[in-house]
Amino acid sequence: MSVASAPRAEEAGGIALAGLVKSFDGPQGRIRAVAGVDVRIAPGETVALLGPNGAGKSTTIDMLLGLLAPDQGTVSVFGRTPAEAVDAGAVGAMLQTGELIRDLTVRELITMMASLYPHPMPVEETLELTGAAAFADQRTQKLSGGQTQRVRFAVALVSDPELLVLDEPTAAMDVEGRHAFWTTMREFAAGGRTVLFATHYLEEADDYADRAVLMSRGAIVADGPTNEIKAMVGSRSIRATLPAAALDGLRGLPGVSAVERRGEAVMLTCADSDAAIRALLAAHPEARDIEIEAAGLEQAFLALTGDEPGA
Amino acid sequence: MSRSSLLYTRYELLRTLRNRRFFFLSLAFPLALYYLIAAPNRHLHDLSGTGIAAPLYFMVGLVSFGTMGAMLSSGARISSERQAGWNRQLRITPLSTQAYFRTKVLTGYMMALISICALYAAGATLGVSIGAGRWLEMTGLILVGLIPFAALGILIGHLLTPDSIGPAMGGGIALLAILGGTWGPIAQHGFLHSVAQLVPSYWLVQAGHVAVGGSAWGAKGWVVIAVWTVAASRLAQRAFRRDTARV
Repeated sequence: MSVASAPRAEEAGGIALAGLVKSFDGPQGRIRAVAGVDVRIAPGETVALLGPNGAGKSTTIDMLLGLLAPDQGTVSVFGRTPAEAVDAGAVGAMLQTGELIRDLTVRELITMMASLYPHPMPVEETLELTGAAAFADQRTQKLSGGQTQRVRFAVALVSDPELLVLDEPTAAMDVEGRHAFWTTMREFAAGGRTVLFATHYLEEADDYADRAVLMSRGAIVADGPTNEIKAMVGSRSIRATLPAAALDGLRGLPGVSAVERRGEAVMLTCADSDAAIRALLAAHPEARDIEIEAAGLEQAFLALTGDEPGA
Repeated sequence: MSRSSLLYTRYELLRTLRNRRFFFLSLAFPLALYYLIAAPNRHLHDLSGTGIAAPLYFMVGLVSFGTMGAMLSSGARISSERQAGWNRQLRITPLSTQAYFRTKVLTGYMMALISICALYAAGATLGVSIGAGRWLEMTGLILVGLIPFAALGILIGHLLTPDSIGPAMGGGIALLAILGGTWGPIAQHGFLHSVAQLVPSYWLVQAGHVAVGGSAWGAKGWVVIAVWTVAASRLAQRAFRRDTARV
């Protein structure tokens, strides 16, 4: 990596998103998709960007890649602007949505993309690494969903990037495909590359990232090592059929952090589900169809952000 | 043009050659229509008072038809790449926007040349015979006359969806072909003739006059082509800006 000027050390060394804000005009007025995001990523670090749909993950990634201009704030990629980093071939990305162009074989497509970069990874090596070598002579329009994802991964890797950005890369993959994908990603990251990936899945962040950044409603609600994050969002939810109970009473029960009514049922998001279930049954012995389960990311975020559910 | 752009263009060309749409729109269809229309009239020495024999007139007419299709097809490719999200993927590569469009235009021209060569060969089978110098001059004029269609291709590529671009292209080419005189001159004088002279396809067909030693476009032709080029380029630029600001 060569840096022409001498920017501040921490910026030159990695990725810096500072004070990012981005709004869009939606049908219900202006929506703040990203409302003040600050993240620094050290070189060689693998960071997971976690959050439910609409949290602002993809918008943040688009600004990191230079696909979107932020309304406010700055992006620095190894001391350069995103456009400069892209032109230098330092960035590879697998975007959330996207198909492949048709009428080329996989090998031809990767060769075509490799030709655009100053120092690409050899085409055959890229195909081997991503597991696309097995179907390298097939036309892109004849691939299965899982094969397409591998080729898209190959498109991201062929630049041999310093920074690899993956926006929900495993969304279309089966369990086996996911495992193979993350194994490859780790292999690649082990060479000192910086990786940022967005995901819905807490397990993926836990298994494959050094650090997780949690986003909710356009802002960062937690940033730290994955085991700490896991403890923070390790809440459970209790669901029970309880038509007559008042929500305010339920909200006051010990261990309950949020309450939501869903028809005849109530959904309690709990910091301490053991205390909550005891109190619930004492107060409402008529509760039926009780289920306790680990909270989904959505509920965990509600607990973390303290937002009123359904508000 | 750099080596990387050349390689990229090579694969773009390969993709287009493999696409059936090109084969039918710019090659098979014009060739079939040419034989259908020109063969029965092959001994007609002066088509509708144009001073041009039918085999030559229809040859240039169908060249205009096939090459318009070849150039506008780049719009169809841009549109489908936009829908596939491929243009976003390309924006995170060092390929510049100019190089992207250059590749599309260049590919359109390559396809147009293939279409031209196929129809020249077909013309020869019906007895069209012209000196090399006139061949070149006529071909040069046609290539210049296609410049506004390169810009129009980029414009529709950013305005239309892959679903709507087929019918729009089909209808647009049919209209431009009728007005331009692909199927025979629409009128030799009067209002309709004046209208026809305002479309760029008319001047593509007029390139045929060069082959029989007639005058080329004259000032009017150059002005019409220039105005269409400037207007279509401006609109294409605007459509592109609006498009990339949104994604």
